[in-house]
Amino acid sequence: MEEFLSLIIEKYNYWIYITLMMIGLYAMIAKNNLVKKIVGMNIFQTAVILFYVSTGVKKGATIPIIEHGHDVAHQAVRAADYINPLPHVLMLTAIVVSVATLGVALAIAIKVYHRYLSLEEDEILEQIRGL
Amino acid sequence: MIWQLDLLILTLVVFCGIGAIMIRDLLGAAILFGAYSFMMCLLWAIMGAVDVAFTEASVGAGVSTVFFIAAVYHTTRRTKD
Repeated sequence: MEEFLSLIIEKYNYWIYITLMMIGLYAMIAKNNLVKKIVGMNIFQTAVILFYVSTGVKKGATIPIIEHGHDVAHQAVRAADYINPLPHVLMLTAIVVSVATLGVALAIAIKVYHRYLSLEEDEILEQIRGL
Repeated sequence: MIWQLDLLILTLVVFCGIGAIMIRDLLGAAILFGAYSFMMCLLWAIMGAVDVAFTEASVGAGVSTVFFIAAVYHTTRRTKD
């Protein structure tokens, strides 16, 4: 039991990432307003990106820029001294994609508002059924 | 990575996220989402991902908030939940 508890407390960041992800999923499913759904989608995306970036962290390492690179470029680089930059580069792409999806989603929400004069999902569905 | 600072900012991120989806005003939701994005940027700077932090500060906290405020300006602030 003691070991199990310490395991949970040591990995506290993973539990908070899961919480954030579930907040986003709840907003996407249960919220009635279209803009609230889009906010939930963005929270979900950033939670996944946060998880990926946290896998590159090392204890006692510094940011992935070689110190005094112009002098000692011929020497071998100790990988344990630097944080793993591969997840950062992958997630940079994901951030740009998330802004693109946000722009498209908000543009569609504005179009829906101009047609149905409402952002609430139930009112829009009522108008579609009534037509 | 200082774990006290990490935990503090993670709690702030969770509160900003919950506030952004619970507030009954879309402009308030947009502002709280901007605060959420900025906290996320600080978190990445703590983790040593400086390039991701730069991108999130300009694109996430800047452009996303402007997009949300423009969308709210073109539609309505009213929300039922």
